Amino acid sequence: MRVLLVDDERELVSTMAERLSFRGIDAEWACTCDDALKRVESTIFDLAVLDVKMPKMSGLELKRKLQAKCPGMKFIFMTGHGSKDDFEAGSAETGSEYYLVKPIRIEALIDKIKDACTK
Amino acid sequence: MSISAKLKPAFWDYQEGTGPFKHLFNFRRIWKLTVALTGVVTLMPLTFMAFIDYSVTRNAIKSENVLRMARVVSNTSSAISFFLGERKSAVDFITHENAFEDLKDPLRLAAILKNLQKAFSGFQDLGVIDSSGRQRTYVGPYELENIDYSNQAWFREVLGRGVYISDVFLGFRRVPHLVIVVKHDLPDGSFYLLRATIDTGQFSKLLSGLELGGHGDAFLVNRNGVLQTPSRFFGNVFKKIHLTLPEYSPNAQVFEDQSIKGVPLTVGYAYIANTPFILIIVKHTDELMKHWYQTRKKLLWFLLVSMATILLVILGVASYLVNKIYVADERRVMALHQVEYTNKLASIGRLAAGVAHEINNPLAIINEKAGLIRDIFTFKKEEVSDEKLIGLVDSILSSVERCGTITKRLLGFARHMDVSIQPIDLKEVIDEVLGFLGKEAEYRSITVDVEVADGIPKLRSDRGKLQQILLNLVNNAFQAMADGGHLRIKAYRYSADSVLIKVSDDGCGIPESDLKRIFEPFFSTKKKKGGTGLGLSITYGLVKKLGGKINVQSAVGKGTTFTIILPLKLQQKRGLAHASSVS
Repeated sequence: MRVLLVDDERELVSTMAERLSFRGIDAEWACTCDDALKRVESTIFDLAVLDVKMPKMSGLELKRKLQAKCPGMKFIFMTGHGSKDDFEAGSAETGSEYYLVKPIRIEALIDKIKDACTK
Repeated sequence: MSISAKLKPAFWDYQEGTGPFKHLFNFRRIWKLTVALTGVVTLMPLTFMAFIDYSVTRNAIKSENVLRMARVVSNTSSAISFFLGERKSAVDFITHENAFEDLKDPLRLAAILKNLQKAFSGFQDLGVIDSSGRQRTYVGPYELENIDYSNQAWFREVLGRGVYISDVFLGFRRVPHLVIVVKHDLPDGSFYLLRATIDTGQFSKLLSGLELGGHGDAFLVNRNGVLQTPSRFFGNVFKKIHLTLPEYSPNAQVFEDQSIKGVPLTVGYAYIANTPFILIIVKHTDELMKHWYQTRKKLLWFLLVSMATILLVILGVASYLVNKIYVADERRVMALHQVEYTNKLASIGRLAAGVAHEINNPLAIINEKAGLIRDIFTFKKEEVSDEKLIGLVDSILSSVERCGTITKRLLGFARHMDVSIQPIDLKEVIDEVLGFLGKEAEYRSITVDVEVADGIPKLRSDRGKLQQILLNLVNNAFQAMADGGHLRIKAYRYSADSVLIKVSDDGCGIPESDLKRIFEPFFSTKKKKGGTGLGLSITYGLVKKLGGKINVQSAVGKGTTFTIILPLKLQQKRGLAHASSVS
């Protein structure tokens, strides 16, 4: 299973990727949307974990572009601006039930990744 | 409640609060100024007119009394003057019609006296006195012949003036009488006097016939103030009266005096021409002014009733108008407060959301870094597993999770500022609100019991408003309670379409006098401590907006319970929320 983590917070995504690797998930990370789009050209990812708000391009926009390049790709969104209600609102907006609010417990993220990939 | 408390206008007890928005006016001062100015411009002309009317009417009645008195005095003095003049003329006539020799004849003189007595009342006797002053002939009831009058003062006076009317005196006969003496010159150059005695009882009869009322008195005095006729109040004949003797006047005059006892008197007098007599008529001024006193009583009553009516109307109108101004200004201040409150909440919301968002990212990094440290110790076999280190990392992770919960709650709270109807889990909202005050409860050892009955369906209402309502009530309860207090929040289904929430504390309680006013805007018992008096008023407004009802029961020293009944479904029409079932 290969996962792409995209967030403008380098420290966050790099650490998150390392932690996922400890748990047997092959994770790569990108700090910009352009970098993420380049990565998918050379590597096939099963799933992408995207921050909703990023400079230059939003997570939703990036999702649309990634979907165009990798039609079978699954998505999980994360945000620092939200609560349970945001989760519900965000799910409706992104068309994805996988919407996590920072700070994220790693176990919760792994559950969502596994869940998304098995569907 | 006392009558004064019922009549007291709302602005009376108004006190300026400590908040930034103050009333524009000093209502008591406006009220006092209005009452004073209106009172002056209405009551002053009324009082002035009443005073003028009082004076005019009093003077008119007084003048009428004076005129009437003067008329009576004038008429009576004319009657007395006529009486004496008539008798003097009769005596004078006798001297002209009879020769001296005839008059010296006692029989002739007796016949003349008899005729006189028939024609005129009052004649007692007649005497003829020769030029030496000896009474030559006398006819009458006494033995007065040959009496020598030459040394009498009146004898000398009659020689000079030709006629003499005496004071009333006792004389030889010891009975009050007066004499009229007429001098008649004879052709041989000598003279004789004809002296007639008049009974003064005639005067008394004349004076007693006057209509003088209960305290009236009429009498004659001589120029020395000695009574010539008996007086009802000043004594009998020959007694000196204590009244000031009036100055001579050819006409009847009236003046005011007072009795020894200080009773005001109206005195009319007239000097009776060519006699030593002064006619005096005395009446009690109060009796004369009796009609005036009745009129005065009516006038004063009218004035008092008018003044009281005007004053009542002024007070009522001033209170009503100032109260209206007060209510309008109160609404203005409340609107400003509401705007400020809403703005403050919105600012807090924006600030909270911004802070929460900004904090969430660094929190996430801390979370990940700490997680990584833990993972390294857990997953890499070459790293020595240090239980203490793992414990520290777990502690960092749990603190991060706690911070995350707080920021999520802040974000949730901030977002519900706008009106939105959504399904609400009541228990969740209560827990959320208590989450904000959990630490305070912990520090102050306040026990909080929450009892939400099972089976309460999700409310369709405004989450933000419900949060504010509960937050205000719980905050209030915390302020009322001492440390170690007990707060109970109970919720259960009240009816098929409503739910009941009770917030009870065991704090200081609210006095009964304040209980009816606690939902009024700006009513605060904590104004000196910076309370705006808007908390419960806003809560009341919010409950109404949610279509609910709120009431309060309280006992001083025992605690307070706020009960809210909310509809399960809040309907929103044209921007205004109302409930179909409960409100």
